[in-house]
Amino acid sequence: MEHYNMNLTLKVWRQQNTRTAGRFETYKVSEVSSEMSFLEMIDVLNERLTSEGKEPIAFDHDCREGICGSCAMYINGRPHGPWHANTTCQLHMRAYKDGDTIVVEPWRANAFPVIKDLMVDRSAFDRIVQAGGYISVNTGNAVDANAVAVEKEKADESFANAMCIACGACVAACKNSSAMLFMSAKVAHLSLLPQGAPERNTRVVNMVAQMDKEGFGSCTFQGACESVCPKEIKITSIARLHGEYLSAGLTSNK
Amino acid sequence: MKWSEFFTSSVGKKFVMGFTGLFLISFLVIHVGLNACIWANDNGVMFNKAAHFMGSMVVIRIMEVGLLAGIFLHAIQGLVLTAQNYKRRSVGYAVPMGNTGSPWYSRWMGLLGTLILLFLILHWYNFWIPSRFTGVEEVFIDNKPYDNLYGLMLLTFSNWWVVIVYVLGCISLAYHLMQGFHAAFKSLGFHNRKYLVVIRNVGNVFSIVVSGAFAMMPISMKLGWVS
Ligand code: HEM
Ligand code: FES
Repeated sequence: MEHYNMNLTLKVWRQQNTRTAGRFETYKVSEVSSEMSFLEMIDVLNERLTSEGKEPIAFDHDCREGICGSCAMYINGRPHGPWHANTTCQLHMRAYKDGDTIVVEPWRANAFPVIKDLMVDRSAFDRIVQAGGYISVNTGNAVDANAVAVEKEKADESFANAMCIACGACVAACKNSSAMLFMSAKVAHLSLLPQGAPERNTRVVNMVAQMDKEGFGSCTFQGACESVCPKEIKITSIARLHGEYLSAGLTSNK
Repeated sequence: MKWSEFFTSSVGKKFVMGFTGLFLISFLVIHVGLNACIWANDNGVMFNKAAHFMGSMVVIRIMEVGLLAGIFLHAIQGLVLTAQNYKRRSVGYAVPMGNTGSPWYSRWMGLLGTLILLFLILHWYNFWIPSRFTGVEEVFIDNKPYDNLYGLMLLTFSNWWVVIVYVLGCISLAYHLMQGFHAAFKSLGFHNRKYLVVIRNVGNVFSIVVSGAFAMMPISMKLGWVS
């Protein structure tokens, strides 16, 4: 692709901390290379802000290769920007052209309070995982990897769900701020495998209870989450979770 | 897990929505089939007889109570969920996602449901209350008296504004079901992707055909297509 430079207008959400109200700040950035990544473009802007003695824009990032799920940005009305199955760190400036205005907002959900600017607190996800997103493995000799046979289709399905990087885009996209796509990926990932069988019922029950406690909404099966998921987790995983929850309810002795 | 925990959880509440939703859908099938008798063009003989037959069955009488309970459970639970979900995001986006990723009607189930409920109130006032409580004029078919519900329909739908409100109610129902039909299966835990494609398509056809058939009833009467 032809390389080109562009001048852009950025409108970025700036917020001092959780308790203060935020506002949009407008920045003109010039000579942005089409080869840059979106985060590099912000890095350049931040260097400029720092040299001007202003506070740089706070944002989460880590791997910058689409695997850690840190880079949460809601760009022009879409979590992770315009590209399908993509993370913000993998978005490149060739997605834009000279003169574009780009509005950048943090994930919006009461369960994800803004820490500063574009950084939100996603520890609610950690607590949901702690509530049941694990399997019990006995210590001792390592078991041969092939000791337990797993049906190929189930292994693939489990793996597809294990792709979830807990970035929170599903919550950001959902009108209900529901964490169901994230949670259903975790539940499906473990429950489809024989190793996940012992905790199968308690897992889904405890995770749902924790999700409700954290203040996420319920699922209306609209599909916004699926459409923005960088790892293409399917909304059918949520339906699977509903089934798991129902069977946990029906088979419980209490 | 206790049932109390099940039904107060977000997933359990959706289970109630899906279950009552499908129950209401099954009622719609019977209702549309019975009403289609007006198109027999026999001055309502077939329709009045069918309505009488349904009204005189004990099973149907019991189901009617279940139906009312179902509608109220569905409506109250649906509105409560809509309100709760709305409160999960106090600060909204400057640039909303709009229709990218989800069709508009899937996000407006609460509004569509409310429109259906308003329509239902008029509908009960027009037909259900007269037929169950206040009485309907009688007509003699084969020397036996029948409630002339057909005549009541003709009379009610001679009014243009009633026809228009009914058609709007049917449009709301069509959109409500285009989202509701497939969502209900998912709420009940049905997750086979191959069959969900079928369910989605069946749901779309069902929504349009059933709502369309209901809408054609007042229109047919107003325009004098049936006699
Ligand atoms: C003939 C009448 C109706 C039928 C056949 C019907 C059917 C359905 C179905 C099948 C669903 C999907 C349930 C799910 O997602 O699991 C649904 C959802 C819903 N219905 Fe209805 N409905 C009717 C009337 C109403 C009324 C009167 C209201 C409210 C006043 C209402 C409000 C809702 C809401 C808010 C939802 C979405 C709930 C959610 O996903 O959070 N519906 N309906
Ligand atoms: S920074 Fe790791 S996924 Fe984007």
